[in-house]
Amino acid sequence: MNPKRCAACKYLRRRCPKDCIFSPYFPPGDPDKFACIHRIYGAGNVSKMLQQLPVQTRAEAVESLSFEAKCRVEDPVYGCVGIISLLQTEIQKTQTLLARTQAEIAVAQAKHSQNPS
Amino acid sequence: MGGPGSSPCASCKLLRRRCAKDCIFAPYFPPDDPHKFAIVHKVFGASNVSKMLQELPVHQRADAVNSLVFEANARVRDPVYGCVGAISYLQNQVSQLQMQLAVAQAEILCIQMQQEPNLQSHHQILELDQDDKILLLHNNIDNCNNNSNNNLGYAMSSRQFNSNFASPNSMQMQMQMQDPLKQESLWT
Repeated sequence: MNPKRCAACKYLRRRCPKDCIFSPYFPPGDPDKFACIHRIYGAGNVSKMLQQLPVQTRAEAVESLSFEAKCRVEDPVYGCVGIISLLQTEIQKTQTLLARTQAEIAVAQAKHSQNPS
Repeated sequence: MGGPGSSPCASCKLLRRRCAKDCIFAPYFPPDDPHKFAIVHKVFGASNVSKMLQELPVHQRADAVNSLVFEANARVRDPVYGCVGAISYLQNQVSQLQMQLAVAQAEILCIQMQQEPNLQSHHQILELDQDDKILLLHNNIDNCNNNSNNNLGYAMSSRQFNSNFASPNSMQMQMQMQDPLKQESLWT
């Protein structure tokens, strides 16, 4: 048994076994991380998700779940989908501005080639 | 709504229980779309979704369900990164476009300065040599970079996301959700 329980087992008030699936990713020094994930996904779902992943990808998966859970806690209606929407709007705005600037360049270059000074 | 005589909603069908008249899921998970609830249940769990909906005012629940379905779909398609993969991809696109815009703006500035007749009398300012043009371009790009994230791929912590986009709390949450929730092409 792991003498120092991971944050997940501490939160769940249970023994932390040697092969605890959570312990590599939820160190005891960061209790909020698991609390947030547990609130949105639940321990059972997270455990299932991690078990279905190769070990080398689990850390990244936990980080992305943690981010999404945090977004959902901060914005219970849209979660991280709100960020996606903002980014898409930003892309459209920038594309429009870029197209306009490129058109201005084309006009200026055409003008210059017609009236070389 | 569920109840005696009417068809149970997709959630109650999946959970194999009676669909109560005031079933919290019924308005958002009609019986003709079982996949919608199945995927949300798989990722978040029915009781978590129920709790989340109960904490929201009724008029916001439809949007919440749609965004949960979107996230769940993203997570099933990409079990490691989920929606965060899409955010990373879009962030990259924004950075690239901003760079292109900075280059184009520097170019138009150069052209305008060269073509402006009033400025041509001031040789010190207007005779931009190659070094000046490069400096102008770099200044433009630096201004652009201050507001954009140059990290490529997913190597970001949630703090990095927050520092670039501000926390979700400070964002405009009145945006329309229909378009992003329908843009499945992000993952095709």
